Amino acid sequence: MGWLLGAVAAWLIGWQINSRLARRPLSRATAFAGPVIFGLTVILIWECLVRGLDISPVLLPPPSQIIQTFGASLPLLWRDFVQTVVKGALTGYVLGCSAAVLLAVAIDRFPFLKRGLLPVGSFMAALPIIGLAPILVMWFGFDWQSKAAVVVVMVFFPMLVNTVEGLSDTGAMQRDLMRTYAAGYWKTLFKLRLPAAMPFIFNGLKIATTLALIGAIVAEFFGSPTKGMGFRISISVGQLAMDLVWAEIVVAAIAGSAFYGAIALLEKTLTFWHPSQRGRM
Amino acid sequence: MSDIVISAKDLGLTFQTGDGPIHALKDVNLDVRQGDFVSFIGPSGCGKTTFLRVMADLEQPTAGTITVNGTSPEEARRARAYGYVFQAAGLYPWRTIGGNIRLPLEIMGYSRDEQARRTADVLELVELGGFEKKYPWQLSGGMQQRASIARALAFDADLLLMDEPFGALDEIVRDHLNEQLLKLWDRTGKTICFVTHSIPEAVYLSTRIVVMSPRPGRIADVIESPLPRERPLDIRDSREFIEIAHRVRDGLRAGHGDD
Amino acid sequence: MRNVLPILTIVLAILAIWYASAIALNAPWAYDKAKRANIELSATDLVRDTWSQKKPKLPVPHQVASEIWDTTGAMVLSGRGFSKRSLIYHSWVTFSATILGFALGTVLGTLLAVGIVYNRTMDLSVMPWVITSQTVPIIAIAPMIIVVLNAVGISGLLPKAMISMYLSFFPVVVGMVKGLRSPDAMQLDQMRTWNASAAQTFWRLRLPSSMPYLFASLKVGIAASLVGAIVGELPTGAVAGLGARLLAGSYYGQTVQIWSALLTAAALAALMVGVIGLIQRVTLKRMGMA
Repeated sequence: MGWLLGAVAAWLIGWQINSRLARRPLSRATAFAGPVIFGLTVILIWECLVRGLDISPVLLPPPSQIIQTFGASLPLLWRDFVQTVVKGALTGYVLGCSAAVLLAVAIDRFPFLKRGLLPVGSFMAALPIIGLAPILVMWFGFDWQSKAAVVVVMVFFPMLVNTVEGLSDTGAMQRDLMRTYAAGYWKTLFKLRLPAAMPFIFNGLKIATTLALIGAIVAEFFGSPTKGMGFRISISVGQLAMDLVWAEIVVAAIAGSAFYGAIALLEKTLTFWHPSQRGRM
Repeated sequence: MSDIVISAKDLGLTFQTGDGPIHALKDVNLDVRQGDFVSFIGPSGCGKTTFLRVMADLEQPTAGTITVNGTSPEEARRARAYGYVFQAAGLYPWRTIGGNIRLPLEIMGYSRDEQARRTADVLELVELGGFEKKYPWQLSGGMQQRASIARALAFDADLLLMDEPFGALDEIVRDHLNEQLLKLWDRTGKTICFVTHSIPEAVYLSTRIVVMSPRPGRIADVIESPLPRERPLDIRDSREFIEIAHRVRDGLRAGHGDD
Repeated sequence: MRNVLPILTIVLAILAIWYASAIALNAPWAYDKAKRANIELSATDLVRDTWSQKKPKLPVPHQVASEIWDTTGAMVLSGRGFSKRSLIYHSWVTFSATILGFALGTVLGTLLAVGIVYNRTMDLSVMPWVITSQTVPIIAIAPMIIVVLNAVGISGLLPKAMISMYLSFFPVVVGMVKGLRSPDAMQLDQMRTWNASAAQTFWRLRLPSSMPYLFASLKVGIAASLVGAIVGELPTGAVAGLGARLLAGSYYGQTVQIWSALLTAAALAALMVGVIGLIQRVTLKRMGMA
């Protein structure tokens, strides 16, 4: 009973603080404190409910237990992280994104091919490409190479479509200006079109961060060596070790946000001139 | 006293910004009489739009008092005492011209018959009869702006607040709409407050011209126009017209003094 | 229409690359067989063999097409269209979970978006988490949801639909918050000058204005839903559904079966996105927004 009352109290207090914050003018501090307080409130309520309602840790472990498991299995989590994120996702991300950008630049010289590739590319980007995972696992084996291959295919099409669109984004006037300077194809590409395409390229890069992690994790469900986040999740689910599953999910969440954050930071420094970035300087 | 529609006394409005306070309006005193056509003219930043927005209860003054129809702007707004025309027509693309004009009427809870009758009336008034079933994007910019004026007229408020309604239109269309607006004003006897940055437009339309100057936004001069109510377009070549235009220009220059 | 020729060219190029890769990938096995049988392979023999192996590394399109026909059209003709061996049955299993989850996700996502737009406290507390969740591979929780729901006695369609819901939920929230906020200051001021109530502003201005954003996120949402349903079928031990076909195929090395499940899933995705795109075109055109 006490735990349940605690849950209600946590809810009321958290909500009170935040509605107070919401009434104050938006500042950096409130924008930061609001979500943090909300997150803490949710965790508190979770803890209280699990204890108060006696929920079996097999169904939903309390946050305190997840934190304990997290702390206790750091070496294991780190090994899984390196296997899945660093080897699988990052390798595939770099390969897939660079291949897509290079192909986009190459295809850009041929308007005929571009008109065909753009619809096909957007079509492919909407398909459940993750389904290729079992095939690529067969081709490239159980280790990280097959995961990287899945990631390559997953990030390739969104990246391609975004880059091709970005390269066409320059206005006729700007291109005419380049012509008046007698700038050749390569000069125009590097001085005008690639910089102008940057916001689009970064949009693709940001979408691709999430896709890369999804690809690397899900591909492990189809077979992997005895390490990796997807492997750990499916094994631990089978052993009903939900605390370890949650710990892996925490790692995935941190990795995902950090990855995205890093790309967003890079974008901010490189495309500070774009209207979407200007207000946030 | 009852023929005073808007009365501002020592009105002031200060925006707090990161770069310190901005005095959008300072010590503004003005009475607008029933049936007046008052233009507010001045360079950008002189507070003319802000003043109009204060009348409409879209901004809150930080000093002084203002009454609209003898009540606070908020009460006037709740009583739907004015129609407001924005710089852009702002018609909803998913509604027909008729549907757009019915929009405020629906919101204000008029009956269906009443909605239909008033819509037909105001469309006639702005010479858009027969366009009721068309969509905004099927009309020219000038026609869209006329429809937006009709929308402001539909609920028959006695006061019309217009914020550079013709600013985005080309000169020829603008002349035509100015002429039509004058006729409409003459026929309906409404009170109109009109923000513009065009001197000929202000002189041609107004019975009074309020010249404003920036930093802080204030009234530099109020000019009573001696022009008759009936004004053909070629009145703009008359000596009187040119004299008033001169005075407005002098007023604007004086307010600009330092830059 | 002017894009037809370029698209055809690209598609033909992909098919050509596919057939060529099949020769390259399947050749070692063909040579291996030939060596054991002591036969010398001519070029035409090689091509014929690599394009018709039983468990090829890469099956060629016509093999996959005939497998798909055998498990759909042919079974319908023989009156077993909905048997457990037919792809129609498996597609239906996956499709129903996808649609149920998608519908739930869209409704809940829209409701949360309304809450965020109208309540500053929710905006401050919840919105950053919604945005962050977009960067997190939430699909990782799929196996857990399935197992936990199974443990409390919920199995079959619902657990998969929950995952689909979860995946389509966030794009809808983000899109609808943007959409409901898309009316500009002038339009909102205008409503204020008419003294419109919050409900009137919502139904007459905010909701219609959000339609382009809604459809854009619905397209993303339905694709995510399908991925969710497919991945949700993996941990249940390959009972039914396209995901189960993928997993079973990968257990037994049935590459043709994997590819046919994969292409069916692709067709299903294309169909669903296409239907939404069609509704989008018609609606936005009638609303004068396209």
